[in-house]
Amino acid sequence: MIVNEQVAIDHGLKKDEYIKICELLKRTPNITELGIFSAMWNEHCSYKSSRLHLKKLPTKGKKVIQGPGENAGVIDIEDNDAIVFKIESHNHPSFIEPYQGAATGVGGIMRDVFTMGARPIANLNSIHFGSPQHKKTKNLLRGVVHGIGGYGNCMGVPTIAGQTSFDSSYNGNILVNAMTLGLVKKDKIFYSKAAGLNKPVIYVGSKTGRDGIHGASMASASFDEKIEEKKPTVQVGDPFTEKLLLEACLELMAGDSIIAIQDMGAAGLTSSSIEMASKGNLGIEINLNKVPCRETKMTPYEIMLSESQERMLIVLENGKEEHAKKIFDKWNLDFAVIGKTTKTKKIELYFDKEKVADIPVNTLVENSPMYDRKWKKTKLPKKNRIKKEDIKHLKIIDVLKKILANPNVCSKQWIWEQYDHTVMGDTIQKPGGDAGVVRVHGTDKAVAASVDSSAVYCWAHPLTGGKQVVCESFRNLISVGAKPIAITNCLNFGSPENEKNMGEFVECVQGIGEASDYLKFPVVSGNVSFYNQTKDQGIKPTPAIGGVGLIKNYKNMISMEFKEVENLVLVIGKTEGHIDQSLFARIILDEKNGPPPEVNLFNEKNNGETLLKLIDNNLIKSAHDVSLGGLITAVAKMCIKGKKGINIKKPKYLINELEYLFAEDQGRYIIEINKKHFKKVADILNKNAVHFDELGVITENELYINDKTKVTIDELSTSNKSWLENYMSK
Amino acid sequence: MKSSVITFPGSNCDRDMDVALRKFGFKNKMVWHADAELPKSDLVVLPGGFSYGDYLRCGSMASKSKIMQSVINFANSGGMVMGICNGFQILVETGLVPGVLLRNKYLEFICKNVFVKINNKQNKYFKNVNNEVLEFHIAHNEGNYFCTNDQLKEIDDNNQIAINYCDENGKIEDQFNPNGSIKNIAGIFNKEKNVLGMMPHPERMIDKSLSGEDGSLFFKNLINNLK
Repeated sequence: MIVNEQVAIDHGLKKDEYIKICELLKRTPNITELGIFSAMWNEHCSYKSSRLHLKKLPTKGKKVIQGPGENAGVIDIEDNDAIVFKIESHNHPSFIEPYQGAATGVGGIMRDVFTMGARPIANLNSIHFGSPQHKKTKNLLRGVVHGIGGYGNCMGVPTIAGQTSFDSSYNGNILVNAMTLGLVKKDKIFYSKAAGLNKPVIYVGSKTGRDGIHGASMASASFDEKIEEKKPTVQVGDPFTEKLLLEACLELMAGDSIIAIQDMGAAGLTSSSIEMASKGNLGIEINLNKVPCRETKMTPYEIMLSESQERMLIVLENGKEEHAKKIFDKWNLDFAVIGKTTKTKKIELYFDKEKVADIPVNTLVENSPMYDRKWKKTKLPKKNRIKKEDIKHLKIIDVLKKILANPNVCSKQWIWEQYDHTVMGDTIQKPGGDAGVVRVHGTDKAVAASVDSSAVYCWAHPLTGGKQVVCESFRNLISVGAKPIAITNCLNFGSPENEKNMGEFVECVQGIGEASDYLKFPVVSGNVSFYNQTKDQGIKPTPAIGGVGLIKNYKNMISMEFKEVENLVLVIGKTEGHIDQSLFARIILDEKNGPPPEVNLFNEKNNGETLLKLIDNNLIKSAHDVSLGGLITAVAKMCIKGKKGINIKKPKYLINELEYLFAEDQGRYIIEINKKHFKKVADILNKNAVHFDELGVITENELYINDKTKVTIDELSTSNKSWLENYMSK
Repeated sequence: MKSSVITFPGSNCDRDMDVALRKFGFKNKMVWHADAELPKSDLVVLPGGFSYGDYLRCGSMASKSKIMQSVINFANSGGMVMGICNGFQILVETGLVPGVLLRNKYLEFICKNVFVKINNKQNKYFKNVNNEVLEFHIAHNEGNYFCTNDQLKEIDDNNQIAINYCDENGKIEDQFNPNGSIKNIAGIFNKEKNVLGMMPHPERMIDKSLSGEDGSLFFKNLINNLK
């Protein structure tokens, strides 16, 4: 096939980019080379629109062992233990084929983690669907949940937490973000940097097929009506093979045979070999006839661009081939020496004794395009004034029930009961709480993780929204008694070529940066997913933040369910009555405009750290952060989970009752304490200048508000639990 | 007491079972599926997981593993063999216990706590358990126990049902059946009661920080019965 500008454009490259390739090579690339450039230079692999802005994120900290740039981030959790974690998107494939798309998303992120030598110990996910009324939503939801479960359950890694939301902006482009945490000894972490000359390059895992060719390019394009035609670019997952690959890799890693290891994810053999060469400042030579293939007559182009799953590339020490092969034979996996490292700093590919590609590595990596895209700032919207007559007819309990049954608030039990969340025998906080918690096997330590996003806030004002998501992650970890350590982010946005969408990206990243810097909660890994749109309509900006924290003694973990009748309930943090962009404003008042709640980083940090002090002093019986649906929604959930009631007395604030109960002001937590500890707790809060309200006392089984309004917890529980079950069974 | 846990390709509860057995005093050995000989054991456990990816049919390929001939011989000579979840599916495929395990009635994987009522205590697994009802944990996609009417009659005649799904008070009704199993069957013995296959995972209930502690009760009792 003759390569020209049109062929390059069909590969998703821009005209300028094609010219640049010809200049860099000082010739026209052949088709295999063009395929390699298109795979390396697309948005998904090159971060060409985002790199400039991602550089500004804080990525360092005392506990950070490895920041962005490796397969995953690594943090120190003491005693020579480290946690490897990352979140990644698999949005486009999941919309086209929900089961396989979601399954391979989970498989891919687990591979990123065990590539570094860590055994995966927990999975999380953040999944976002179109309006429940949209004709595709139900099947997509079912398919995605089955896919996540199908892969994670088979791998034997518990899925411990997640987030599910519905919004019409995802009607034509759902989001599936998967996160994995792995455990590794600090001195046994593996990296992707190749080193040494003439070292054998080894291919292990599944055979290469024609599936997923150009997957990464697809993930870098917008959807149109012809999307169904793209099904063949979705990879097919085989969790059984991945389980074998995990065990085989960990067995090999126990020794000292491996110099570098890299999983074949997006852009398969292309990106894995180039990344290893680039990091090691070396060349790699591969004989493509040696690559184990599943199908006959595969061309060099197809072999290099296949995204077949469950494959790894390893640079071994000389002479360790036999030892390594034995391990992979034991696990019935393919093992092939396909090439070697060279000093040429080039990727050189041979097929049928002919050289089929010859590209300097730096042209693919350092010289890849980087754009300073135009972007538009989003102004802070004006506040709405709530009119008395709009709310005076509202009955608190009716509103509360409506909010508890809202698709974005309701119980997601139908989803997480399909995920094995208890395998490995260390899950001490199951899904449905503020964060999932797993013990560090065989120790007193536990690791907490949560995943959050607030697309509505980010849409209303990206800068505030970006900050808010980081703070929410911080709060969720603190609510279970964990000290927040670091985050990973999955940045889901529309087209970077659209100034508004690009502006949302830039400002969300700025917000994330400011908050993570202030909270000492650095970003250690992540992924950008652009072009989440159908035709020219972008999704609401949806940065998903995965936070990880440490609990030094798992016996001190906190959970959200109310524990004991007669205990006192307090609210930490001040309620100002911010209604704009709250669920109350959107679904009860039908008001979609206005600014999101303000984020005060000082209060976030101070309130959170003070709560941790209270937890350290064993003064907290239960805790829960206040988020979507406001204070009363948070309290109701604690009642439902603990099967207890509460008698609430609104403090004498100037704001009215509905504002007090449903406002979504930030930096707040609900806590339960023993009455006899009140003075101690109040002293610590006062000493640290943390505002708090006394909210009420825990009772048997009813929720009372100011002695006049009441509802049974069973009734609230039914509202909260039935929506999703009913929706899925219809 | 010596125990052996078999690891098949795709087993993923083998470590959990090892942890549980050791916690309650067993000297446990992990045994690879391709080995021919079982170490000397007082108890052999086929753990949960997805042996061979559950491809073809759950448990069918594992049931033909090299080690399984030794396990079958061990069982036929009266040795204690327990299959949990995927292990139960493997046992069914070997024919050591009757019946089959179909896909769950609602076609979805289920992971949650359930209650089971002990139906028969005249065996080394449940003898001396004081409780009638235990809280166990299930996590499976194919736990829907099925057998022919003739088999069911034989199972009843020989008192082979080990445990049934029930509510916390031991009431065995359809609404407490998580997966559609015939007669709410959650676990079943061979005729001689030395082989037990069950869907629930007692090894996930061995610590009050986990889903519960009825697994501890089960293992403590089991090791005492074997002494």
